[in-house]
Amino acid sequence: MGDPFTLIADFLRDLLLGFGLDPGLTTAILKFVGAAVTATIALTLTFFTIWLERKLIARFQDRLGPNRVGPYGLFQTVADFAKLLTKEVLVPEGADRSVFMIAPLLVVMSVVGLWAVVPFAPTLFGSDINVGVLYLVSIGSVGTLGIMMAGLSSNNKYALLGAFRTVAMMLSYAVPMILTLLIPTMLAGSMGLTKIVEAQNPVWFVILSPIAAFIFYISSLAEVGRTPFDLMEAESEIVAGFHIEYSGISFGMFFVAEFLHAFTIAVLTVTLFFGGWQGPGAEAFPILGFVYFLIKTAILYFVIIWIRATFPRLRIDTINSISWKILTPLALAAVIFTAIIDKLTPGDGWARVPLHLAGSVILIGLTLIAFRAYARSIRKQSEGSGKSLAQTSEAGS
Amino acid sequence: MTVLQIIFLGISVIIVIGALMTVSSPNLVHAALWLILALAGVAAIFVLLEASFLAVVQVAVYIDAISILIVIAVMLTRRAMGETERQINRSWLLAAFAAFMVFSGILSLFSQVPQLANTPSDLVESSEFYIQELGKALVNVDQSIIPFEVASVLLLAAMIGAIFIARPPERAGGDS
Repeated sequence: MGDPFTLIADFLRDLLLGFGLDPGLTTAILKFVGAAVTATIALTLTFFTIWLERKLIARFQDRLGPNRVGPYGLFQTVADFAKLLTKEVLVPEGADRSVFMIAPLLVVMSVVGLWAVVPFAPTLFGSDINVGVLYLVSIGSVGTLGIMMAGLSSNNKYALLGAFRTVAMMLSYAVPMILTLLIPTMLAGSMGLTKIVEAQNPVWFVILSPIAAFIFYISSLAEVGRTPFDLMEAESEIVAGFHIEYSGISFGMFFVAEFLHAFTIAVLTVTLFFGGWQGPGAEAFPILGFVYFLIKTAILYFVIIWIRATFPRLRIDTINSISWKILTPLALAAVIFTAIIDKLTPGDGWARVPLHLAGSVILIGLTLIAFRAYARSIRKQSEGSGKSLAQTSEAGS
Repeated sequence: MTVLQIIFLGISVIIVIGALMTVSSPNLVHAALWLILALAGVAAIFVLLEASFLAVVQVAVYIDAISILIVIAVMLTRRAMGETERQINRSWLLAAFAAFMVFSGILSLFSQVPQLANTPSDLVESSEFYIQELGKALVNVDQSIIPFEVASVLLLAAMIGAIFIARPPERAGGDS
């Protein structure tokens, strides 16, 4: 009763074998069916998350949000997509036609591809490859490529600017993100996501390394280009960025990819740092694990929307300096600290928590001291320049 | 012919087409995209060989690196988006000859390795084991830690060089 996923898989397998199919072929068919189901669920989920995001942001801004189509405006997104589907897909004059059409497909592919390795429940995962963490990184880079292609092929200066900004930002933030991915790998002793979730049985990795969880969360927000980092489509500066020339369903694909990616960040953070499906009774009843997973993901997703509704957009130089001057050194230090402490504390479970926590506290303290020194130097500089400005104005008068 | 062989042949055809289009496409951006297709095909072959680590690294390194290459190419070259560049210059025959010689040299070298004549079934079973061995060998004092460290020093030198070149020239008489 508690494990419907294995039940369904076994039922389908028996059914196909009953038709007299080859076992190898049956496995292949089941894999394809699983991939299709996962992708469909992921993309259908987007209808809901878009509605949720609009509704929540409306609430944050003291508005009502969509409320006309269906109960609580629940079918607003469906109506929007029906509209997008019926629109003509325009290809601008002088655009690079084939590249222009492939780009949105690549972007959607990179997001849906991330779902292939996520273990949603003890018995529910697409594929348990032993290099899961590296796979996340490499599939993510395909999305960057898609955005690049969209910007370059549109034959539009704004799109090109958006693409350049995207690449500059994604490059900067890929560095701390990949560095922090090393920490769950080290703590679990494996790169497979299933093993990483299993290794978080008594203690979630967010307790062992809160800094890594924080940096991963921030830098993956930047990788997607959510609002504090949405330079690539800054409306007030470059209109719509890389997707300015897209219309109809090819625009819809970028739209879906962006919203699904935001949800996927929550999924990945839960998997890597918040224990995945772990919770009381999850081993015995896998469906309970799935429920825990959804609850944790929903909480983190809410925080993402919250950030979007609250923070203003950063400037490009600020964005890059946050990444290179703060997040990257901090991530490097966290990796070194975690490696040393992990060697010092044998065994797992709660025994290694105090040392890891002490390491994190020391790191946070050092970071704060560094911030203080930096702020002081900035203040001194601005005071100095202010004085010299005053002197020159006095001399001029 | 098994299903695996059919897939292998299909991927190989894609790689060859991608490689040919890379050198013959008049548009610089298209050439880079075809190169990505060829390299993605190589990653797919790694997957077929159950070398998932190599496949994933192939995608991560090359596709990431090449999207940067496209940006640099577009920013630094004239008429990057146009189709006006000529594809061959005077020494194309020499280049073709050199490529052919290298290819046949590698082929004849590989055909002399005795293990490669057998079917690689034992390799498929223990690919994870080999990756672990590779990782250990890279940091083992008795094995290849020196080349590994030398490579990292080389990368560091390249990075410092890049920063030095990209640094804005210091203003004469400036106080900062």
